[in-house]
Amino acid sequence: MAELDKESVDATPNVTEVATVNAATDTEAVAALDAPVAQGEPILQVRNLVKHFPLTQGILFKKQVGAVKAVDGISFDLYQGETLGIVGESGCGKSTVAKLLMTLERATAGEVFYKGQDITKLSGRALKAVRRNIQMVFQDPYTSLNPRMTVGDIIGETFEIHPEAAPKGERRRKVQDLLDVVGLNPEYINRYPHQFSGGQRQRIGIARGLALNPEIIICDEPVSALDVSVQAQVINLMEKLQDEFNLSYLFIAHDLSIVRHISDRVGVMYLGKMAEIGTDTQIYDHPTHPYTQALLSAVPVPDPDAREGRERIILSGDVPSPANPPSGCRFRTRCWKAQDKCATEVPLLAIPERFKASDTPAAHESACHFAEEKDVVHAA
Amino acid sequence: MPETLKETPAGTSAEVTAPAPAAKVGKPRSLWSDAWHDLRRSPLFVVSAVLIFFLLVMAIAPGLFTGADPRYADLANHYLQKPKWGNFFQEDWFGYDIQGRSIYARVVYGARASIMVAVIVTALVTILGTVVGMLAGYFGGWIDTILSRVTDIFFGVPFILGAMVVLTSFEERKIWVVILALAFLGWTQIARVARGSVLTIKQADYVMAAKALGASTTRILLRHILPNAIAPVIVVATIALGGYISAEATLSFLGIGLAEPTVSWGVDISSGQEQLRNAAFVLIIPSVMVSITVLAFIMLGDAVRNALDPKLR
Amino acid sequence: MTIIDKTADVPAPRGSNDESGPLLEVRDLHVEFHTRDGVAKAVNGVNYSVSAGETLAVLGESGSGKSVTAQAVMGILDMPPGRIPKGEIFFRGQDMLKMSNEERRQIRGQKIAMIFQDALSSLNPVLSVGYQLGEMFRVHQGLSKKDAKAKAIALMDRVRIPAAKERVNDYPHMFSGGMRQRIMIAMALALEPDLIIADEPTTALDVTVQAQVMDLLAELQRDFNMGLILITHDLGVVADVADKIAVMYAGRIVETAPVHEIYKRPAHPYTKGLLESIPRLDQKGQELYAIKGLPPNLLHVPSGCAFNPRCTMAQDICRTEVPALRPVTEQDGTELVGRGSACHFWKETIHG
Repeated sequence: MAELDKESVDATPNVTEVATVNAATDTEAVAALDAPVAQGEPILQVRNLVKHFPLTQGILFKKQVGAVKAVDGISFDLYQGETLGIVGESGCGKSTVAKLLMTLERATAGEVFYKGQDITKLSGRALKAVRRNIQMVFQDPYTSLNPRMTVGDIIGETFEIHPEAAPKGERRRKVQDLLDVVGLNPEYINRYPHQFSGGQRQRIGIARGLALNPEIIICDEPVSALDVSVQAQVINLMEKLQDEFNLSYLFIAHDLSIVRHISDRVGVMYLGKMAEIGTDTQIYDHPTHPYTQALLSAVPVPDPDAREGRERIILSGDVPSPANPPSGCRFRTRCWKAQDKCATEVPLLAIPERFKASDTPAAHESACHFAEEKDVVHAA
Repeated sequence: MPETLKETPAGTSAEVTAPAPAAKVGKPRSLWSDAWHDLRRSPLFVVSAVLIFFLLVMAIAPGLFTGADPRYADLANHYLQKPKWGNFFQEDWFGYDIQGRSIYARVVYGARASIMVAVIVTALVTILGTVVGMLAGYFGGWIDTILSRVTDIFFGVPFILGAMVVLTSFEERKIWVVILALAFLGWTQIARVARGSVLTIKQADYVMAAKALGASTTRILLRHILPNAIAPVIVVATIALGGYISAEATLSFLGIGLAEPTVSWGVDISSGQEQLRNAAFVLIIPSVMVSITVLAFIMLGDAVRNALDPKLR
Repeated sequence: MTIIDKTADVPAPRGSNDESGPLLEVRDLHVEFHTRDGVAKAVNGVNYSVSAGETLAVLGESGSGKSVTAQAVMGILDMPPGRIPKGEIFFRGQDMLKMSNEERRQIRGQKIAMIFQDALSSLNPVLSVGYQLGEMFRVHQGLSKKDAKAKAIALMDRVRIPAAKERVNDYPHMFSGGMRQRIMIAMALALEPDLIIADEPTTALDVTVQAQVMDLLAELQRDFNMGLILITHDLGVVADVADKIAVMYAGRIVETAPVHEIYKRPAHPYTKGLLESIPRLDQKGQELYAIKGLPPNLLHVPSGCAFNPRCTMAQDICRTEVPALRPVTEQDGTELVGRGSACHFWKETIHG
C-alpha cells in the first residue's frame, strides 16, 4: 500500500486542486449537488480508487486469505459534456469502476469527487441526491429490466423513488415522453420487456437512465449484447441524447472501434490499473504503452486492404489473476519489452520524460518505463 | 431458440420510416398471463384442476354430496355391509364400517379435515418459509448461516418421526395441534427453495438498476425480488400440499394425528385396518381418496412448473 | 425446387472443384420451430457447400438462422419444437437426414466435430481435462487409460497449451477462457474429423486472445486439411481466415462471395449496410450509418425479400417476390467466380 500511495500522489498532481466541500448539513450537501458545472470543467474526479474483494475461507468463522485487487489505484477526471471511454479486457476492473462510481460497491480506499463532494463517504439523503444525477445503462438488456413489470412501471419507478422529480399526475405522460425521446412508440407503455427485441430493450434501459435528468450516465458495455445492425442505432441515439441533454458519458466497453467512435478521451485499463489515458487521437494514432499497442493491433478490421500493411502484435499467454498480480509493472509477464526494472518498479501514469518537452500527440499519460510511440492502427 | 422469436411484429424505432405495421400495438402480455395461457392448454392442469375443484367443494359443503350423517351408527342393520357399486351417491354406495356408519358419508365429510389441514399448513409454511428464505437469501451473513444450519437439522430429522415426537407431547390432539406440528416441521423446505431462488434473482441486473436508482430495501424486496423469486416456491408448495394430506393420513393412521370423533380419511384408514381380512373396502376406499387427492396436487404442481419454467419461454 | 436450380447457376467457388466433390453440401434446407405464438421459420431454403481444406464463414445476426443450420447439420437440433420439413444435408454424398440415429452418431464427433462459444459450460466441471480428452480415445478407439492419457497430452501440446504434462490432470475451471477454448478445439480435433463447425468460437474471448485462437484454428485446419464452417456475427473476425463467406438474413443466404471481395464490393444492401454501420478503428467518423428498423420476426417474416422493410432500395417487386440467389457479374457481364446475391437490385448495389 505504501508503494501505491506514493505512486498516486505523483500520478495525480492536481489532487490538491479538488475543492472539498465539507458540508455541515445534509441540506447544504444536497443543495451543492444541484449547482451546475460549466462546460469543460471536471464534473467527476476519481482519485486513487481502490477496490479489493476479500477472499475468505471457512464457513462459520471466515478468515481472509487474500484479496482480488479488482481496482488498484485509479485516477481520472470526467469533464462536463464529454465522453470518456474506458477500454480493457475482461477482468481488468472496468466494470468494478462503474459500480464504484454508482456506489453500488463500497470503495476500499480512494475518493470520487462529484462537484467537490466525496460520494464514497455519502449516505442517506445526500447519496440519493447524487444518484439522481449519476445514472447507469447496463450491458445486458435481457437481464436489466424486471420481467414482471411493464415498461411504464420500469421507467415510472424512478419517479416513485424520487417523487420530487415529477408530480404524480404527470408521471405517465413523462414516461411516454421518454419513450418517444428514445425512439419507441409511447403506446408501448403497458407492454412487458419480453415483448421487445434486444435493441428496443436497450432503449428502455436508456429511457430509465434519462428519467431523472441526470448529468452523468455511466454506460457499462451498453451495446455489446446487441446485433451489429442495431448497435449503430443505439450509438447514434446515445450521441443524439448527449447533445440534447448535455450529458457526460463514462463509456465502458471492450470494443475498441466503438469506443473510438463515441469517445473524446480514452483510458486503457489493465489488471486494475490505468495503463494509458489521453484523447482519442493520442491513444489510437499515437499509443505509447505496449499493452495499448497490442490491444489495438489485435482488433480485427473488416477491411482486408487496411489490414494487409498492419503489424499484428500477438501477445502470448493470458491475463494474470488479479488476486495475485505480477510485481512491478502488471503487464510485464506478457510484454516483449520487459526488463528487470519492470519487475521491481511500478511505472507511474505520467507523461513520459522523453515526450515531456515536445508537444507531439505522444505526450500523454502512459504507465510504462519504456514508452515509445508506435502506430499499429494504420497501414504502413 | 433464436431471440427474435420473442419479438413483436411492429417495428417502431425512431428510424423506421418504412411502411411497417407500426400502428398495431400488441396487447400487454405479462409472464403470469403467459403462464396462465399455457396452463389452460395443459391436460395435466385441466384434469388436476377439476379434481381439486370437486375436492374443495366437498370440503366446504359436504351436504351437497350426501344427506347422510357420517357419525350416525346403525349397528343392527348395516354392520360391515358391502358396497353397492350401482347406488351412485347413495348412503350405501361404499358400504358401512364396523360401527355401521356410511363410508360414503365419512369419505365426503373426511375431505374437510384432510384438506383443511393441508391447505392451512401449506399457507403457513409458504408465508413463513418465503419470508425467512427471502431475508436469509438477500441479506446473507449471520441470518443466512443460522437458517442454513436450522434447515440442515430439520433436513436430518425424518418428517414423520419429527411429527410423532412433537405430537406425542400434546395431551389433546385437536386439528390445530396437527396443523401447527406439520407447519413447524415443514417451513424449512420452502425457506430453502425461497433462499436459493432469491440468491439467483438478487444477482440480476434489474436489482442492481433499482439500487442504482436509490430504491429502498423494502422496495427491492417486494417489487423486484419477490415477484421473480416466487415461482419455484409456488410449485414446491403445491406439491407439498399433496404431501401434507398424506402426512395427516399417516399420522392419524399411527394414532397420533387426528382422532375420533373427528372425521378424517386418516382416522378411517386407521380404523379400517382392523377389518382388513373380512372387509378390505373399509380400508381401501379412504386410502384411494387420499391417493387421488395427493396425485391431483402433484399433477397440479407439475403443470404449474411446466408453465412457469423460464427455459420454455 | 426453383431455388436449387437457380443457385446451381452460381459458379463453384474456388477450392470446391476437386474430383471428390464437396465434403458437406446443404441443399434447400428448411427448419421451423413450433412455439406458443405460431410457427417460427428459422431456416428457409439454405444452400451451401464446404470442401476439404476450405473455410466457409457463415455470417449473420441473431435470428438469421446461422446456428440453427449448423445444429441441423450436426443433428443436435431440439426436435420438437424444431422440425425439418424439407431439405437435404449431404456428407460425402450421403444424405444425413435419411440416416438412422446410429449412423448419424457415428459421423458426429468422428467425422464432423463442433466447437461452441462457451467452453466452460461445454466441458464437464467434475472431470479433469485429461480425462475428458482421453475419453474420446478410450470410447472411440478403445485405447487403454495410459495410452489415452499420453494422446491427451500430445493433443494439448498440439493446441499449444503450455506445460501440458503438468496440467493434464487439472479441471476446466482452473484454465483461463482462452485455454479452455483451446481444450475445446483439442477435443474437436481428437478423432481427426473431416469437418469442424465452429459456432462463434472467439466471441466470448478478449481481443488479444481472440487472435491467438483464430490463428491456431486456421493453422490446424491447414495441417489436417479439414473443412471448416465458421459461424460468426463479427465481420472482422472472419476476414483473416475464411475463404468464402455466406451472409444470412432471416433464414436465407442473401449473399455469397470470396472473402476479400465482399468487403470491397458488397452486392447485397444488407451486407453493404452492415459494413457501413461498423465504426472504424483507424478513423473517427461522423454519425454512424445505421440500418433502420429491427431484425425480422421469424413468426412473421416479411413477404417478398425479408430485408425489404429495412432496405433503402426497396421497390414494389421486393415486397412481393422472393429474390433467388443469382450469380453476380461485372458490368460487362464477366463472371465473378463464387459470387451470388439474393437481391432484385444487385446490379445497382455493386455497380451503382
